[in-house]
Amino acid sequence: MADRAALEEAVRLQGERVRGLKLQKAGAELIEEEVSKLLKLKAELGSDEGKQKFVLKTPKGTRDYSPRQMAVREKVFDVIISCFKRHGAEVIDTPVFELKETLTGKYGEDSKLIYDLKDQGGELLALRYDLTVPFARYLAMNKLTNIKRYHIAKVYRRDNPAMTRGRYREFYQCDFDIAGQFDPMIPDAECLKIICEILSALQLGDFLIKVNDRRILDGMFNVCGVPDSKFRTICSSVDKLDKMSWEDVKNEMVEEKGLASEVADLIGAYVKQHGGVSLVEQLLQDPKLSQNKLALEGLGDLKLLFEYLTLFGITEKITFDLSLARGLDYYTGVIYEAVLLQTPTRQGEEPLGVGSVAAGGRYDGLVGMFDPKGRKVPCVGLSIGVERIFSIVEQRMEASEEKVRTTETQVLVAAAQKKLLEERLKLVAELWDRGIKVDIRKENLVEEIRRRTSQYPPHLLN
Amino acid sequence: MADRAALEEAVRLQGERVRGLKLQKAGAELIQIEEEVSKLLKLKAELGSDEGKQKFVLKTPKGTRDYSPRQMAVREKVFDVIISCFKRHGAEVIDTPVFELKETLTGKYGEDSKLIYDLKDQGGELLALRYDLTVPFARYLAMNKLTNIKRYHIAKVYRRDNPAMTRGRYREFYQCDFDIAGQFDPMIPDAECLKIICEILSALQLGDFLIKVNDRRILDGMFNVCGVPDSKFRTICSSVDKLDKMSWEDVKNEMVEEKGLASEVADLIGAYVKQHGGVSLVEQLLQDPKLSQNKLALEGLGDLKLLFEYLTLFGITEKITFDLSLARGLDYYTGVIYEAVLLQTPTRQGEEPLGVGSVAAGGRYDGLVGMFDPKGRKVPCVGLSIGVERIFSIVEQRMEASEEKVRTTETQVLVAAAQKKLLEERLKLVAELWDRGIKAELLYKKNPKLLTQLQYCEETGIPLVAIIGEQELKDGVVKLRSVASREEVDIRKENLVEEIRRRTSQYPPHLLN
Repeated sequence: MADRAALEEAVRLQGERVRGLKLQKAGAELIEEEVSKLLKLKAELGSDEGKQKFVLKTPKGTRDYSPRQMAVREKVFDVIISCFKRHGAEVIDTPVFELKETLTGKYGEDSKLIYDLKDQGGELLALRYDLTVPFARYLAMNKLTNIKRYHIAKVYRRDNPAMTRGRYREFYQCDFDIAGQFDPMIPDAECLKIICEILSALQLGDFLIKVNDRRILDGMFNVCGVPDSKFRTICSSVDKLDKMSWEDVKNEMVEEKGLASEVADLIGAYVKQHGGVSLVEQLLQDPKLSQNKLALEGLGDLKLLFEYLTLFGITEKITFDLSLARGLDYYTGVIYEAVLLQTPTRQGEEPLGVGSVAAGGRYDGLVGMFDPKGRKVPCVGLSIGVERIFSIVEQRMEASEEKVRTTETQVLVAAAQKKLLEERLKLVAELWDRGIKVDIRKENLVEEIRRRTSQYPPHLLN
Repeated sequence: MADRAALEEAVRLQGERVRGLKLQKAGAELIQIEEEVSKLLKLKAELGSDEGKQKFVLKTPKGTRDYSPRQMAVREKVFDVIISCFKRHGAEVIDTPVFELKETLTGKYGEDSKLIYDLKDQGGELLALRYDLTVPFARYLAMNKLTNIKRYHIAKVYRRDNPAMTRGRYREFYQCDFDIAGQFDPMIPDAECLKIICEILSALQLGDFLIKVNDRRILDGMFNVCGVPDSKFRTICSSVDKLDKMSWEDVKNEMVEEKGLASEVADLIGAYVKQHGGVSLVEQLLQDPKLSQNKLALEGLGDLKLLFEYLTLFGITEKITFDLSLARGLDYYTGVIYEAVLLQTPTRQGEEPLGVGSVAAGGRYDGLVGMFDPKGRKVPCVGLSIGVERIFSIVEQRMEASEEKVRTTETQVLVAAAQKKLLEERLKLVAELWDRGIKAELLYKKNPKLLTQLQYCEETGIPLVAIIGEQELKDGVVKLRSVASREEVDIRKENLVEEIRRRTSQYPPHLLN
């Protein structure tokens, strides 16, 4: 090791000697001699030294933002931030890494996707996986019991990115959360209003926000006969209904997860349902669900939520969807996910979601996990998935810029010709004012003017 | 391991059962709840002490900190000034990932390499957190085969040193970098960098400052003529760099006793590094019998002379001092180097101002991009970095001292009601205001007291209250109240947005009225 260090130092010095010689413009032979000494030393170092030169990539799943991409990003953040501010949110920031302990036990199965830092003799650290756990830690640390805050920052997940679909290992999240004990469902409704405002303002086309409730899901599993120990794993399966067919999901539940087929069928009957507040009313009358206290609580809150959403004027964007079963463990109440809709190809065909662009829900137990006395601070929030939005806006900008570029050129040319004439006339007028005789009909008018005056406007095209 | 996972799952399920029972208010079965809770605690105890510890992690990692809304307001203010200066000079902006391949960072930082945060080897590429924004920039240039660009980049960087946090140094901190890459006529971009530092430090109103300038070639030439052995150049350079913190005696002692430099050589160095001045010092050294024999030193001095000519044209020479003791740490500088320090006001007449630490620095680094290019193609670069963390502290202190109330939100109006059962009307009105772009809030209570709502406005600096009432609803008006003056006036519903806009356009959003 010491030998290598000495070798590296020797290489460096020799490199400097060569550089110095070149700067001093020493004799070519001398330079060559020293250069070959340098190359020999480098060869001794071994193949690592050579490799060092050819590292020209960002790590897997990450990317640079060029000036152009920064312009897109700026535009999108402006819309999002002005919406958050319009709703009275403050802004905070937290470190890119947390103590490993802070993140442990918060993400369930996803924990294996966390980037750890190397143990270099100090605290064990890991890169933040989302902005919600840092937020809960911030609240507990500062003993805050209520705050409305937004936080825009990059988060880190070691999954297999499908980069063409806008998923990375390093990506931005824009989070907005309301923490505090308030009258039910008002802040929850405001979160949904915010998602609508942002997606509309970004002009991403039609969108839909699916809403469900963790208690309705758990109540439903209970009345269908799912064993308690299988709740979370069956939940993950149901969550896949936006990507897989019911047949495939049922197969996973029965064959892979050992659920009784009849139980799966009962679940199937529920999770295929989606609709407006009328579905909520209907389920409140459902013989099985209405016997389950958890489900009733969830349904009651959703009913109240729909009342507020009506007052906010956004119910046509909202659908109560029993198949929505978002992955993260810490949700305790309402959950929601916004998807962009492709335009239907045929009349009457239902629009397909093309992927989630925003999501969130209520998580009342998280802050309590950080408080030494287990004091709870109820929270509800949302996260905008901007990476997908960046791609869409970027594509849209390129398409319209093409048009703008072309138009601008035409206008520019026309303007240049017009300007040329105007400038000529102005100049001629100046000369006349000075008593200089100039014939406006002269062919090389500009040359003439230039000759007679020492100055001409630099922008004049001739 | 599997046992532990099963145990954790059992704990979680039991926790949910307890929670479910509590939610169902299994009233008479209070005993049942207690029974389930004690089962839960037993399971947790089995998991071991880790489970207990998990609850009490209430700190950020060493050397890092959160930014509260107030601190974000400071940060925003400072970045606005810096960014508008960078843009004024025609810079584009880029961003890069927080970590790079370990190989990218290897061999670029000399002795400081041990301060790099590595990521754990989790089976993929070896990664490390960026140490600065300059190496990522060089990698970006080479990767995109760019030969000229003027760019700024504002982002956090990571260094595992021992932070003296009261002096504003952290392990995670912002850098604001501006760099000009490309082959240009000498010293013009270098002069622009110094002009930018002056503009930014002046605009931030941080008091008097000074920019020390030197050149790597002058340093190396000087070491050479003083008789420093080549192999000791860099290490002697580090010692000289400490002159802003240590006395000459201590620095000389380090060079002689710890680094084995001959005492006479150290003395010769001492004679040079004590010198600082303006362009006249450059002229003087150009005539120095020893230095003038050294080609490297002559090059450096020649470029500095040209630089001073441009700085004179830019009108900033009184802020610049040629200081032979400036020997900035990073290995990749190849030409001019500079460092800006804030000056404390002298305590006694005639006493020289002490620097209170560097707030900006930079230099020319012509060889870095070539290290990334497969063909070794060089792209000359010169740039600067603003050390904003120190600036944040100063601005924050100044704001606290001035007692200026800084708002952390921009809300223009609170939608309120004096009577009960008006939640629906408040929700409708606030949504209408949001849809018209007005920044508005309401309390998340069905029947809040008017006093509570008014107090909320005073605490958060919201200037207006839109009060709904039964009678007002019938009359088609809203009572608009100014929080500061307490005056109320009835505004017709359809004119409300206009009136709010009119009144709030007078106030910059961050000021209380």
